[in-house]
Amino acid sequence: MTTLRTSSALSNFGWLVKREWWESRRGFLWAQFWVAAAILIFTVLGIIAGEVMKARVGDSVDVNMGVNLTQILREATTHDTVQLVKALDATMLLFAFIGATVLFFVVFFYLLGALYDDRKDRSVLFWKSLPLSDTGTVLSKVAAGIVIAPLIAVGITLAGYLAAQVVISLWLLIHAVNPLPLWTQAEPYGLWLRLLAMVPISALWALPTVGWLLVWSAAVRSKPFLWAVLVPIIAGVLNFWIGLLGVPHIRAEFYWGNIAGRLLLSLIPGSWIEPNSQGFHFRGASDLAIIDWPAMGHALMMPQMWIGVIVGAVLIAAAIWFRRWRDET
Amino acid sequence: MSAASDNAVYDVDANAPATPGAVIHAAGLTKRYGNTAALDRADFEVSAGRIVGLIGPNGAGKTTALKAILGLTDFEGELSVLGLDPRKQRPALMRQVCFIADVATLPRWITVSEAVDFVAGVHPRFDRARCQRFLARTKLQPRQKVRQMSKGMIVQLHLAIVMAIDARLLVLDEPTLGLDILYRKQFYQSLLEDYFDENKTILVTTHQVEEIEHILTDLMFIRDGKVVLSTDMDALGERFAEVLVNADRAEAARALKPLDERQVFGKGIFLFDGVPRAQLEQLGEVRRPSVADLFVATMKGTYA
Repeated sequence: MTTLRTSSALSNFGWLVKREWWESRRGFLWAQFWVAAAILIFTVLGIIAGEVMKARVGDSVDVNMGVNLTQILREATTHDTVQLVKALDATMLLFAFIGATVLFFVVFFYLLGALYDDRKDRSVLFWKSLPLSDTGTVLSKVAAGIVIAPLIAVGITLAGYLAAQVVISLWLLIHAVNPLPLWTQAEPYGLWLRLLAMVPISALWALPTVGWLLVWSAAVRSKPFLWAVLVPIIAGVLNFWIGLLGVPHIRAEFYWGNIAGRLLLSLIPGSWIEPNSQGFHFRGASDLAIIDWPAMGHALMMPQMWIGVIVGAVLIAAAIWFRRWRDET
Repeated sequence: MSAASDNAVYDVDANAPATPGAVIHAAGLTKRYGNTAALDRADFEVSAGRIVGLIGPNGAGKTTALKAILGLTDFEGELSVLGLDPRKQRPALMRQVCFIADVATLPRWITVSEAVDFVAGVHPRFDRARCQRFLARTKLQPRQKVRQMSKGMIVQLHLAIVMAIDARLLVLDEPTLGLDILYRKQFYQSLLEDYFDENKTILVTTHQVEEIEHILTDLMFIRDGKVVLSTDMDALGERFAEVLVNADRAEAARALKPLDERQVFGKGIFLFDGVPRAQLEQLGEVRRPSVADLFVATMKGTYA
């Protein structure tokens, strides 16, 4: 009996996640897809522009649209493996970085609407007419936002990278350069694996933001975005004002970094990465080392990580409570 | 308020224990929003195999009562639905209870086939083949999205899904509001022909009383958060009578304390509760009152 009930709860959860996919695949998949496609299109346009300009003014034109072609051509021609790997890593990173940016915005607004949109259009009454628990419903939205959507983004990053390699290989062939070294370098795939491994760590790190957005999504009658964003900002300003009066207050740096920042921005993929010794100046491929396995291990040891997980769990529980009892329809 | 209480002449026994097999049993059901009581110690009972009309003016507490029954809202008092507590056992309850709350509550992004797949996936009592049979009678296409449908088509889809669920209680809250008469007729006809049987119970609220009058087996009037009348339709015909009285007998009619009196073509139409038929027949032509007339008489002064 118990196993039967567990399996039906699992299958229900599967259906709930599938429903989130049906409703939000435009954001989760197609937004990612079109952005990657845009990078590819710019790369192709760059190649064409470069070829045309080369034909018109000579060999010295530096083409830099989309993927950094000039660098790849130079390294591929001179057989400088180290530099070639860097250029390819940069290509992967370009897709990953843009994909992560899109992912942040898509998931942020997905979560803000997840428990609000169906109350607004009253379709919540249909969902609530089915034998589903509110806990399952809310958790399916959490899973869709911090597991399904990022996995799709990482998948598109790889697909975009491979498509770019095809384009570049064709271009190298036109120039009678052997494109094979592009395909035999293992490092970019290693980087991709590390991006994949980041997904669960980013998911844990994102929990406070996930819970925060879901609470407002489940609780307010209108404008969840304003509530979610303005409350921490106004609280921060008040905190600053209290400080001006000389009354004990939270240190501003701590407030914005560990409270407001964690509630609003923890969804940014990789925002758990600690600034390295030179400070957090991302200089592209050369700093890729910060996305490494020790950094991930370190993130899982940070107290901020686990305090955030607890806060996130409490907020998600609050969102479930609101989902269960909010009644205004 | 006192006038309203005076009008609540129909007795509903507050202390009656739950009848075995009652689908819904409510005693002292109360729900407050701030200072106003949407439900004010309402008592009622619904038995299996009935089609019950819950009729009341706007703001009388109909929707609140349904929300309490469906476990969508918290409340005070006692309420059991199919022996379950809707507050604590909602997922279990919803395996046995279906509802259509208002027209057009299906999500606009969903397609016909997604909706059917989803319900088939999560509802243990859903019969997909049966649903497909109902859908085949409509013009709905599997890949059609709800946003591309008219209100009437949305209700067709919702009804096809709901009728394919073998539930014990179906709750309908204004299910045909805003539909044209063809869809409205078809809606209730489908329910009667393809869905309702002695194991099922339907609880319906609507303002279009005339349209459902003939399909109801029971009637409940709700006013100011209280159930002021709860009767089955047969008893209604025995208890209430409408008499067409000539002007010269009007005083005699008034002496019998009618619930209501109105004038049509110089004749008085008097509505009586519980006056022996033989006595009424001396006054004029006796007939069964329509639910709408009974409703209007009962709710007199509600908005005043």
